[in-house]
Amino acid sequence: MTAVGSKCRVCKGPAVIDLPRHNAKFCAEHLQQLCRRQMAKAIEDFDMLSPADRILVAVSGGKDSLAVWDMLIEAGYQADGLYIGLGIGEYSTDSGGYVQRFADERGLHLVTIDLRDEYGYDVPTAARATGRVPCSACGLSKRRLFDQAALDGGYDVVVTGHNLDDEAAVLFGNTLRWDIDYLARQMPVLPAANGFPKKVKPLIRLTEREMAAWCLVRGIDYVVEECPIAAGNRHLSYKESLNAVEAKSPGAKASFYLGFLERMAPLLAGKSAAAAGDLNECERCGSPTTGEVCAFCRLVEKSSAHEPVPVEMVLTRGRRR
Amino acid sequence: MKVLLRNPRREVEFDGPRSVDRLLDELQLSREAHLVIRNGTLVPGDAVLGDDDQIEVRPVISGGA
Repeated sequence: MTAVGSKCRVCKGPAVIDLPRHNAKFCAEHLQQLCRRQMAKAIEDFDMLSPADRILVAVSGGKDSLAVWDMLIEAGYQADGLYIGLGIGEYSTDSGGYVQRFADERGLHLVTIDLRDEYGYDVPTAARATGRVPCSACGLSKRRLFDQAALDGGYDVVVTGHNLDDEAAVLFGNTLRWDIDYLARQMPVLPAANGFPKKVKPLIRLTEREMAAWCLVRGIDYVVEECPIAAGNRHLSYKESLNAVEAKSPGAKASFYLGFLERMAPLLAGKSAAAAGDLNECERCGSPTTGEVCAFCRLVEKSSAHEPVPVEMVLTRGRRR
Repeated sequence: MKVLLRNPRREVEFDGPRSVDRLLDELQLSREAHLVIRNGTLVPGDAVLGDDDQIEVRPVISGGA
């Protein structure tokens, strides 16, 4: 039983979702149309992709990365997937299974890298060995491996599934600290530089709720459970705060982030260390770094020499963050 | 109705009829951070849930950035 009035704004058929920021409800078909249009607008506005690009999509098994891979393939792009086994216990095993099934069912090419097998460490061990919070060790590892895999495979561009909520939360954190360097770099396109591939975020105009709904109406199975060591992190608390604002002022998150890109980012152009040319080459791997050895090489050195740390050992630490 | 919640995964019982929005309010869950699935189909906030429905309240927030 569905209440009277719950109709799609476009076709007047039964709605499956209400999107207060659009002051409208949509059926499954027109929700997909909205998502396609929003992604296409982001790609066009920021010159993210061209039809000839060979694309590598970083996929985690979560809704956003599987959704963006699905949307790009549907839109006719040539996109392969990259999955990194992070060694976060059963969570990683399950996540990898979702990614593999997604690729197999659609006949898509999936590149898989296992941190433990190929670099001699995993995320729990890296967190303990370096004293970094787990999300920091994870993010640093993933960013480098995305770059390396793209270079090794001859890809033109790396796509990540960062959505509007992700970017608004990062912007919120950077703004709270007035971190000008990070603010100046928080763009949805990182151009190819220093031998690294271009990186783009086609989902910046779409919320995580919209991406989860995309997966549901498209029949995409994804890992719903939260990463056990991300629980309680600062990023999640920023999202909760922004959602509290959004509940009172629908559209606030989009206004905050997209307004930043339109009106504030141009004022910050050239303010980051990278733009100012204040970077050296890592003496081990040649990557750009502010020191002599880059953060990733330091992390690998410490983590691979450390005794493996089971995921349970970093759970409390993760929640405290 | 049986309501499946996540993180941690658990099941709770509610009486029907009640709307999706009312269910989320009573669970003190943000509409912006959840989707509600009735008998396998996504439903909007004003959908009315009945006693015999199987409901899943699915969180949509993920922690990575």
